[in-house]
Amino acid sequence: MPSSHDWINKPLGVVEAMFAQSNSNPEWEAKVLEYFKGQLKEKESHSWVPSLNDVPLHYLKPNSLVKFRCLVQDMFDPEFYMGVYETVDPSTKANVLRCGKYKDVTECGVDLNSRNTVTAERQTFYCVPIPGESPWAKESYGCSSQARVVPSTSYVPSRQKRSYEEDDDMDTQPQKQREPHTEPHGNGDSKRQETEAPSSQTTAPSDCSSHLDLNFPLPGERGPACLVKVYEGLDSFKLNDTLEIYGILSVNPVLTVLGEEKDPSLLLLNPTESMETPEEQRAHDPPASLVPRLHMLYARPLQHNNPLLPSAPTEDQSAFVSSFLVEMASVRAELLAYLTHVLLGDGLAAEYLLLHLISNVYTRRDVLPLGKFTLNLSGCPLNSYTERLYQIVQQLVPCSYRLSMSLHTMNSMRLVPKKDYVANRLVSGALQLARNTSLFLDETQLEQGQLDSSGVRNITALGNLISWQKVDYDFSYHQMEFPCNINVLVTSEGRSLLPSDCQVPLQPQVTPPNMEEYLTTIHMAQFTSQINKFRVYLSLARTLDYSISDEVTKAVEDDFVDMRKDDPQSVTAEDLHRMLVVARLLSLSLGQTTLSRDGWMRAKHIDMLRRSRTEQQKSLNGNEP
Amino acid sequence: MRQPIGRSENWQCGVRTTTPSMPPLTSTGLEVDMSSPLMYGTPSSRVEGTPRSGVGGTPARQRPDLGSIRKAPQVDLHSEPPSADGAVASEQALGQKLVIWGTDVNVGTCKEKFQRFLQRFIDPASNEDENAGLDLNEPLYMQKLEEISVVGEPVLNVNCSHVQSFDADLYRQLISYPQEVIPTFDMAVNELFFERFPDSILEHQIQVRPYNALKTRNMRSLNPEDIDQMITISGMVIRTSQLIPEMQEAFFQCQVCAFFTRVEVDRGRIAEPAVCRNCNTIHSLALIHNRSAFSDKQMIKVQESPDDMPAGQTPHTTIVYAHNDLVDKVQPGDRINITGIYRAVPMRENPRQSNVKSVYKTHIDVIHFRKTDEKRLHGLDEDSDQKLFTEERVQILKELASKPDVYDRLSSALAPSIYEHEDIKKGILLQLFGGTRKDFSQTGRGNFRAEVNILLCGDPGTSKSQLLQYVFNLVPRGQYTSGKGSSAVGLTAYVMKDPETKQLVLQTGALVLSDNGICCIDEFDKMSDSTRSVLHEVMEQQTLSIAKAGIICQLNARTSVLAAANPVESQWNPKKTTIENIQLPHTLLSRFDLIFLMLDPQDEAYDRRLAHHLVALYYQSEEQIEEEFLDMAVLKDYIAYARTYINPRLNEEASQALIEAYVDMRKIGSGRGMVSAYPRQLESLIRLAEAHAKVRFSDKVETIDVEEAKRLHREALKQSATDPRTGFVDISILTTGMSATARKRKEEVARALKKMIQSKGKTPAMKYQQLFDDLRGQSEAAITKDMFEEALRALADEDYLTVTGKTVRLL
Repeated sequence: MPSSHDWINKPLGVVEAMFAQSNSNPEWEAKVLEYFKGQLKEKESHSWVPSLNDVPLHYLKPNSLVKFRCLVQDMFDPEFYMGVYETVDPSTKANVLRCGKYKDVTECGVDLNSRNTVTAERQTFYCVPIPGESPWAKESYGCSSQARVVPSTSYVPSRQKRSYEEDDDMDTQPQKQREPHTEPHGNGDSKRQETEAPSSQTTAPSDCSSHLDLNFPLPGERGPACLVKVYEGLDSFKLNDTLEIYGILSVNPVLTVLGEEKDPSLLLLNPTESMETPEEQRAHDPPASLVPRLHMLYARPLQHNNPLLPSAPTEDQSAFVSSFLVEMASVRAELLAYLTHVLLGDGLAAEYLLLHLISNVYTRRDVLPLGKFTLNLSGCPLNSYTERLYQIVQQLVPCSYRLSMSLHTMNSMRLVPKKDYVANRLVSGALQLARNTSLFLDETQLEQGQLDSSGVRNITALGNLISWQKVDYDFSYHQMEFPCNINVLVTSEGRSLLPSDCQVPLQPQVTPPNMEEYLTTIHMAQFTSQINKFRVYLSLARTLDYSISDEVTKAVEDDFVDMRKDDPQSVTAEDLHRMLVVARLLSLSLGQTTLSRDGWMRAKHIDMLRRSRTEQQKSLNGNEP
Repeated sequence: MRQPIGRSENWQCGVRTTTPSMPPLTSTGLEVDMSSPLMYGTPSSRVEGTPRSGVGGTPARQRPDLGSIRKAPQVDLHSEPPSADGAVASEQALGQKLVIWGTDVNVGTCKEKFQRFLQRFIDPASNEDENAGLDLNEPLYMQKLEEISVVGEPVLNVNCSHVQSFDADLYRQLISYPQEVIPTFDMAVNELFFERFPDSILEHQIQVRPYNALKTRNMRSLNPEDIDQMITISGMVIRTSQLIPEMQEAFFQCQVCAFFTRVEVDRGRIAEPAVCRNCNTIHSLALIHNRSAFSDKQMIKVQESPDDMPAGQTPHTTIVYAHNDLVDKVQPGDRINITGIYRAVPMRENPRQSNVKSVYKTHIDVIHFRKTDEKRLHGLDEDSDQKLFTEERVQILKELASKPDVYDRLSSALAPSIYEHEDIKKGILLQLFGGTRKDFSQTGRGNFRAEVNILLCGDPGTSKSQLLQYVFNLVPRGQYTSGKGSSAVGLTAYVMKDPETKQLVLQTGALVLSDNGICCIDEFDKMSDSTRSVLHEVMEQQTLSIAKAGIICQLNARTSVLAAANPVESQWNPKKTTIENIQLPHTLLSRFDLIFLMLDPQDEAYDRRLAHHLVALYYQSEEQIEEEFLDMAVLKDYIAYARTYINPRLNEEASQALIEAYVDMRKIGSGRGMVSAYPRQLESLIRLAEAHAKVRFSDKVETIDVEEAKRLHREALKQSATDPRTGFVDISILTTGMSATARKRKEEVARALKKMIQSKGKTPAMKYQQLFDDLRGQSEAAITKDMFEEALRALADEDYLTVTGKTVRLL
């Protein structure tokens, strides 16, 4: 690739050149941002930037530009740093001004008493990879990257723990990369191997992470966590935002050394240092080799993390949408057929599952979230059916997590994030999820027994999540409410103990003798291209606008009054709430952006079918409330 | 460097002409006097030979909160920063023009100004609790000085807003150069004090503690420009460290000749003297710990209070150092206002390393703490967190209040997503405003409850929880609990052993936390009896008595309770009374001012409006909604303003109207032999009327307020206290748990049973089932087993019979 890519390899050089030109005119900061933004706007240029998500840390050059797709897990206190400092040039012995922005460490001999020192403010965010990101999304992101990764020369693969073959692999891999133009970009296979490398790499440190908790929301997550230093627009970021961050990677080992060093005699005289507990130091200054620092130059909020969709809201996106809208109805039909198979031939449940998958909290009216559609699939067959079902859902959505609601997990797992005042950080919980994550609650795993107090708290938190789409983070002296937007799917045998917007009892039409095999065959029968279409469809349908005309409003009102006339007990305000959501989702699923009379009738119809089914179930079971 | 304690003239102002290279000034008196601001201060404060009780006689005390004495020479305003000797020279020449280096503070003028402020400042409109008992038309701070002379606590708290209103320039200097200005203030106040009270003896010289600097109110808005300035922020204490003894002055003694010298600790470092100045031995000086001077220091972590945080971000924390007597003044969990100096310290350089982290550590050296919630445990004054309203805001609120339909406007702005239930919303609105607090403790009746309690009961799915959630989000001190998940302990308070200090600590629960707020309790019916029983005291006496683990106390819990309950049979049974439907003890029910039923009204017009409302909810854009309704923020401010500033009182007509209303209510029942109103209902009416007057921003409760209170109360009664058998409103359903007709029937059944048994003649024992069947056969009305058992119990109470197992014996 041409050498003009200095802005990727040596971004600090660009920054410093601009600083030198500026003559301390403060406008240079804006110019730097402008420059990088401009570079990244260029076609495809952002795909040349290596991503921390795909490339293992030791392959990345320190102080180069990297990107990171992540969730803001915690926000630390703002810190003051030397924006500009004065130092003595060792060769000329003259005082020079240096820029301290986008750096962790100053060069030697800082004159602390200089009048030219400018103190500036920045904030640190603790970022983790998007929790529950599906493997296919990760892989697809990795493949689309065209970054040329040159391993740093200092990297020596550790030989002790690896078998010979693996070693070989590790050694040849970088060499392959070093050769210019081996056409590595499109080569998915070699990429795959490489993306596997980090996983084996990161498990090693995570083994010793007992003393260093990387604080991932979900158990069993991997990948780098990152301390992102944010310089501009601090107020525009919120906790749990998903971002794609472009920034300068800093892994200076000094960062670690400073943290480790402790001289008790110094502590006595300078209590400023003793203020931080060891826990706090560990949380805020972890070794840079495990948690790299990233100095943010540019951040793009991610509306979704589906790699198959154009990510930026540009012209190509609208073109993409309009071209896909034509296909919408046919893809829907195929997807419905697929889901029907998966749900053992139950078409109605498939329809509802489809609606659930495209639901989205689109707005809030005072405390009421609108658009949420929590589905309770009751009557699920036992024995690993739900597990397979989750795997299929996982294949379709970019972000998902299956919470097996066994007594043990409910009693022991931390769902709600909690502030740890000793370490001064927010300890994550499984409900700290990115927007539009599919949360799969498997209630079939629940057995009889006693919930302890943390279990009760967890169940309450799940109930709050479903009813209000919010999670009350525990700040020990008070609770703080964080709104969220999570699609919750509950699978259960009978009616779920959690509230839900809509319950569908599953009525299997087929009873395959071997469930595993049945589901695997269905899954295998789909081509990747087909599955990809489904993925695009589900992400896209969610983003469409929607409205109701006055005329249809009137019709809906009339309808409601009529229904109530016949039997006021049967239809309540809650039912109307639900039917309005169903109608909305039904229209969107067909690519229609306004509610038509037909759409309303259809919504009414399927809701009636569903209700008659639940009634049936009730009379069957008798004692169910 | 430090002078030995007691040499007052040396330390007071923190201005020094010395540079680090100069030897400590221990014996050269002339130079000291040169640098002392007293040279150009008032001549009255001459030092030599004053007795113990003068300025000179009283020991000065170090102020580590202002940092170590900085190298801050005074310089001529227009000359270059000169060397130390030059400064001395120019001082003598130019007198008044001198300022402290790096600032525009002239010590003499500053002192004069402050003394003038102390002598003249009057604030007739003051309503701060600190000033209670002072004559507001006399100079405020002179009275405080008098107080100091009596009490002997040498601390003078100064409200910065007073300084600002008196002399804006002085205020600016105070904010910008606290480190220089506060010592000057100290000096000024001591001169003034000892001039006025020459005989008083204080522990140490008076220290000025400014508070309420208006510069910054929010931790989030601190930025590099605030460094070394005086700021006030609010927050909550989350952690306090143990006491740190910090060396202020090191004491060195020569091992050879026993000559000693003192070295002041400068920014955590001691410049150890290498040579003994007496005997010139090299490296002979040793640090003597127990003769060095230490000061107390404590590290406190403060977190942003949840109220002033933008949504979706985590709270910030700041480190605060407390010194000397401010140590251990606050505990974790306290909400405080801190006034202090904001500091940024570069990360210590490490000689072994060429590169350093380019980050500063920041902290606040605290000068003054003010707890914002300290009055919760004692005192009975109004809300202490004085919410500041800007002029324009107040104007907007007043404009709104002057509209004739403000009551309806506000009630419709309440939870717009919930349809209709106008009266319930109105009730909740009045609850949000609350009545006027009355204190009759002098006459022995204690406080009267001002808070309105409301119970909502009704079918599941009638958005009761949603209403509760809304209220919880609306009020600043709201708590939301569910009856299912809370225990008595969680509601009241519990005693916990602090893991660090091993002390017993009282942790407060939801009811105490929502003091002056609203406690929303969902699923009230699911609460265990023991939990519910703690509510009895809270809901009438507004206090909470605790006696556990050696802690016996009474906490204030002036909270309004908004509860929601579901009927026992999941669906409301219109044939039953409220009590029967929700199965709550009537003792508790009678403590609710208003009990509303949230039922599905079943008529077509309502359905149509409901449908319209819901559909609109789903597709109207944000802007349209905002046009239609009042902003939630305005509503919040409106309520906060009314609660703080409006205290309506009953006028003559209104009292008459209330009396009439009460008499009327009593009359309704008396005709049928029932009591339809109790004094508690009268109190409810008064509270509601007062709340309604608050809604109008009116200082008087007038007849219209009483009318509305009556109407609302009647509506609520009509809904909840109607006897389903007769259709009459019967308050005894709520007060005794049983309607009068039901009681009458019970008596009738018992009489019939007795008669039947008597008619059977002398049979000492009877079969239970047999008797039941007989009674059923005899009576025209259907008799249920419950009724039969109740009758048996009634007869047993009369000692007429006993029931043992399946047999009934006559006595």
